[in-house]
Amino acid sequence: MRVAVDMKLCESHGQCVFAAPQVFSFDDEEYLVYEPEPDDALRDRVEKAAAACPVRAITLGPAS
Amino acid sequence: MTGDGRRHLVIVGASLAGLRAAQTLRAEGFEGELTVVGAELHAPYDRPPLSKQALTAPGGPPDTALPVPDGIRARWLLGRPAVALDPRAATVTLADGTTLPYDGLLVATGAAPRRLPPDRGAPPRRVFTLRDREDAHALRAELTPGRRLLVVGAGFLGSEVAAAGRALGLDVTVVEAGRLPLERVAGSAVGAFVADLHRTAGADLRVETTAETLHSGPDGALTGATLGDGTTVTADVAVLALGAVPATGWLAGSGLDAEGGVRCDRWLRALDTEGRVVPGVFAAGDAARVPQPLADGQPMALGHWSDALDQAATAARTMLTPHSPHALDAVPSFWSDLYGARIRSVGLPGAADEARVVEHDAVARRMEVSYHREGRLVGALTVGRTARLAAYREELHRRSTTVPAG
Ligand SMILES: Cc1cc2nc3c(=O)[nH]c(=O)nc-3n(C[C@H](O)[C@H](O)[C@H](O)COP(=O)(O)OP(=O)(O)OC[C@H]3O[C@@H](n4cnc5c(N)ncnc54)[C@H](O)[C@@H]3O)c2cc1C
Ligand code: SF4
Repeated sequence: MRVAVDMKLCESHGQCVFAAPQVFSFDDEEYLVYEPEPDDALRDRVEKAAAACPVRAITLGPAS
Repeated sequence: MTGDGRRHLVIVGASLAGLRAAQTLRAEGFEGELTVVGAELHAPYDRPPLSKQALTAPGGPPDTALPVPDGIRARWLLGRPAVALDPRAATVTLADGTTLPYDGLLVATGAAPRRLPPDRGAPPRRVFTLRDREDAHALRAELTPGRRLLVVGAGFLGSEVAAAGRALGLDVTVVEAGRLPLERVAGSAVGAFVADLHRTAGADLRVETTAETLHSGPDGALTGATLGDGTTVTADVAVLALGAVPATGWLAGSGLDAEGGVRCDRWLRALDTEGRVVPGVFAAGDAARVPQPLADGQPMALGHWSDALDQAATAARTMLTPHSPHALDAVPSFWSDLYGARIRSVGLPGAADEARVVEHDAVARRMEVSYHREGRLVGALTVGRTARLAAYREELHRRSTTVPAG
């Protein structure tokens, strides 16, 4: 599974961090950092994260 | 699940919670008939930008439509508000007289702005409330530089409108009944922080007073207001940001306990005035009052975006399997953006009896506060420190799954 976050849209709401802390976190400057190819076992959580993002910055795709 | 193909589910309220419920129903394999009823003519759209970017973005308000995925296969009855519910007959009546029978019904009608008491008469022109797209468009058209804006109520909505007014170059006066903005929901430290944001940005914040009388000129347009402390303020445009009331008036006579939001159990099943489950009826979002484990199970209508999503998804699942209902398992969360400061909270700061300030840096615009009730963590709020919230949220989640939910 591939994850992409459009950083031009991201407003650091943190909803994705709450939903899938294994994949999304913040750096010291409040910028979002994430694992672009998370394990498929995390799919459920990542889908929740994408759905919870208020600005819909997160897109999911098949692994490359 | 059996017999799905014959079931007809009806969602009343075609916005965030209604759309999320519809999405969840289909994602969980519901194959029956689905009808979504909406008072507004618009397809679902997002409200948070209406008090932020929609007021200030150059080149017109951005499109805030919520994407409706293919495969929802719903019948959309838009511009047709529901006016009555009869849970015994299992029917909803719409304003145009249509009667819809249902096998399951979700109330997702959101909230409406609190208005001035009707004995005050009709307000002058250029006095606004802000809830829907039309409100935002109309208000935006009046926010021209050089004008004087009066904001009544310094909650999150009022504060955001004031910030937009300052960003657009208007003179802004904010009137707040409390000692500080947001004190009731977030405590005095955050209140002082927000008061400081307003004043630094040049807004004239008047606290511990209210707008008593709104004045208008010969053309009926606003000219100013007299405040409770006897002072007067001149203004060309006013926004009343006095809070929101759950839009449940249409449920009068249905037997539901719907005053101040449809009272639900933690499976989002609607309750009647005797506290009994009303079969087939559910509620979610701003229209629902849901038991909050962090507030000892007290039912509360939160009015937060992410809670509307969480509740709608859970309610939809319970609708599909009423005999093995899904309990809400979510930690409330809220955000606001004020003068560029990012305010984020988790849990229920408003339910606390004590606020502990961990960090307060007015210059760097950073803040971290934890909230406690009888010594136990019930919430946290940060400004410019969102990263810190994740740990609080984990802790709150643990707590809310181990205490009785009422
Ligand atoms: C200007 C503004 C800014 C906000 N900013 C933030 C923010 O920064 N952060 C945050 O967390 N939350 C914010 N919120 C709150 C957030 O938008 C709400 O929590 C969310 O919209 C709730 O979704 P909902 O679907 O329950 O209700 P709503 O979005 O209110 O949708 C309810 C829908 O039901 C319709 N309806 C009402 N009565 C009937 C009827 N009788 N029949 C049929 N349809 C009916 C309404 O027209 C509406 O379309 C903001 C709200 C506003 C208004
Ligand atoms: S939820 Fe969306 S906006 Fe918030 S941090 Fe994640 S990607 Fe960014």
